[in-house]
Amino acid sequence: MTTAPPAGPGDIVKTAPGPSSSHPPSRRKLTGRALSRALPVSPAVILLLLFLAGPIGYCAYIAFTDLQLTGQAESSFVGFDNFRKAFGDEAFLNAVWLTLVFTVVSSLIGQNTIGLALASLMQRASKPVRTLTGAIVITAWVLPEVVAAFLLYAFFRREGTLNAVLDFLHLPSQNWMYTLPILAVSFANVWRGTAFSMLVYSAALNEIPKEITEAAEVDGAGGWRRMWHITLPMIRRSIGTNLMLNTLQTLSVFGLIWVMTRGGPGNRSQTLPLFMYEQAFQKSMIGYGTAVALLLLVVGSLFSLVYMRLLRTEV
Amino acid sequence: MPVRPTTPLLLATALVAAGTLTACGGDSGDDPDTVKVSFKQSTDNQVKVMDTYLADIKKQFEKANPGKKVKLVPIKAPDSEYYTKLQQMMRSPKTAPDLVYEDTFLINSDITSGYLKPLDPYLDKWEDWNQFIGTSKSAAKAADGKTYGVPDGTDTRGLWFSKGIFKKAGLPADWQPKSWDDILETARTIKKKVPGVTPLNVYTGKPAGEAATMQGMEMLLYGTGQDPMYDPKSKKWVTGSQGFKDSLKFVETVYKEKLGPDVTDALDPNFATRVRGELLPEDKLGINLDGSWLPQDWGKGAGHEWPEWSKKLGLAHMPTQNGEAPGKVSMSGGWTWAIPTKASNPDLAFKFIEQMQTKANAQKWYVANSGIAVRKDVAADPAYLKAQPGLKFFTDLVPSTHYRPAYPAYPKVSTAVQEAMEKVTTGDASVEDAASGYDDEVKAATDGEVVEK
Repeated sequence: MTTAPPAGPGDIVKTAPGPSSSHPPSRRKLTGRALSRALPVSPAVILLLLFLAGPIGYCAYIAFTDLQLTGQAESSFVGFDNFRKAFGDEAFLNAVWLTLVFTVVSSLIGQNTIGLALASLMQRASKPVRTLTGAIVITAWVLPEVVAAFLLYAFFRREGTLNAVLDFLHLPSQNWMYTLPILAVSFANVWRGTAFSMLVYSAALNEIPKEITEAAEVDGAGGWRRMWHITLPMIRRSIGTNLMLNTLQTLSVFGLIWVMTRGGPGNRSQTLPLFMYEQAFQKSMIGYGTAVALLLLVVGSLFSLVYMRLLRTEV
Repeated sequence: MPVRPTTPLLLATALVAAGTLTACGGDSGDDPDTVKVSFKQSTDNQVKVMDTYLADIKKQFEKANPGKKVKLVPIKAPDSEYYTKLQQMMRSPKTAPDLVYEDTFLINSDITSGYLKPLDPYLDKWEDWNQFIGTSKSAAKAADGKTYGVPDGTDTRGLWFSKGIFKKAGLPADWQPKSWDDILETARTIKKKVPGVTPLNVYTGKPAGEAATMQGMEMLLYGTGQDPMYDPKSKKWVTGSQGFKDSLKFVETVYKEKLGPDVTDALDPNFATRVRGELLPEDKLGINLDGSWLPQDWGKGAGHEWPEWSKKLGLAHMPTQNGEAPGKVSMSGGWTWAIPTKASNPDLAFKFIEQMQTKANAQKWYVANSGIAVRKDVAADPAYLKAQPGLKFFTDLVPSTHYRPAYPAYPKVSTAVQEAMEKVTTGDASVEDAASGYDDEVKAATDGEVVEK
């Protein structure tokens, strides 16, 4: 693990010691005080242990067993078998690859850039335009995942809206969910998730003092240069936070892909969450599915680590 | 100085708070007078065949057993997800229903897991059990010789064809193919002469689930020879068989020559619903290899009323590969009512089964869901055979039908079949590669318990 950055929200802030007295408080009194201080948070701690740490621990344990949902009298401990199986499983490696494609295309490139572009355009737009754009983009975001997925299914399917438009323009049409499934679901995820990035960046851009941009303008910096040398460095932390949140959300997208393609055709859009579901619930191999879930967790933490490193420069 | 609450008091408050928030009550709704019945609700909102039937039985049961109550627990999901949900419910006494609706292809798998209760003590005392046909009794019989479920009917499969499209193509209205080639030739004729319709539908691929395995692959495979999937003598699964490759070849031909639905449609999980609700009634599908239960959606008040279906559609039995004896193939499955090991009111649950399976109620159900009777007295009742066109045709297939080798490994083998079918459907793999992929999957799923044929 990396060393902790200075006092984050998760750090326990030590209460400043009072004026140094000649006799330090006795140990008993201290523990008593620490105990009574810890009490108000104990319900939360108990709940977290019960509902978060408990299941997570149980999951980690299951990943090392050959537990099945059906067709087996007893499960037994199998050590690292599930993980070994995963790395020798073509379908798993395919899922890892598709997960990376999906995450990079839809979250890193799509949601992030479009979100930033929308946010900066809206900075300059007139109020009605801003309200309208915001409303449209946010609508896509607040729609329940399943509803959004069905809308996009209707958009991409062979008799769908997209092909109708292409036909009208006399361009060749095709069934996008069959020919380019992973790109179709990536696009769907961009459509659905851009609003979040847009909101984060709008807030960040509003934080930039006007004087600085104006000064740069006076100095003759054009739009792109201002973006590159002033705006981006100033919202660097928001970019990092946004990337992190986006990536973690995208890594675990399930419903959207499930409704649109079910991971098909074949397994050409089967990202890790869908692969996990198939192994655990359709092939009943709970143990293996859970092991894959743990590996997904690893992928997520790798991404997070990279972002944290990026964030730590010159705080 | 504000008064500070003492540590013990705080601790107590914290514990109480945690306790209430987690709501660790012991109330799992285990009322000894209520029987909880879970069943699969159709994903088509307009189809309420089972809901209506169970509501009726519930009324009868509550009247016949004063003070007892029935709680219906519908699970609305596509087949594969329904099984998953049910298995999870049966794992804990808190959530286990008293009575569950189990598909015969999964029942052995669930028996092995210890989810279900043997019913022999009840069956021994139940007179009507003698009315059940032998093969149907064995559908829910496990390797230990005990019976775990009561079947509520069975089904058979065959070829449905559109008389309207056949007329346009100049094909006979009493069509009966003698071999696979006959079917393909007919489909080619339709493709040539009636543009704009799908000549032939064979379910395929993972999205179709068990429908692809059973209505698609097995209807072909069981027409290629004895025990093509599982060898009962050596108790091993069959791999590397020519029959399997020939069947895959058939599927490949259908999709390669564009005799079937567009591949993207065929791999749409909602395709089966479209075939019944849209393609057949709108005369857009020439031949459909499908099950006996289709008309349940077309009856009065069933959702997609289509009273004239029996005039518009013809029926033909599925031929063997090259017309080898007996010339016909059909597969049969069906569903059973079973009692989970962790059910809290098993006795009451069996009482409910008895109520459902009286002659009158069983007959009502067979007719409502276009099922094939498994009670001898109903099968012999002329009123039953006349109740719905097609029932006689599909009942006559029972002597030449096959049952799936529904051993505990079957669900996994079935998934392997669907994957192989999907590969040849999309053209991602050749028949040889898809078949060898299947062999590998089966070896993995059965711990190498396989025999080469």
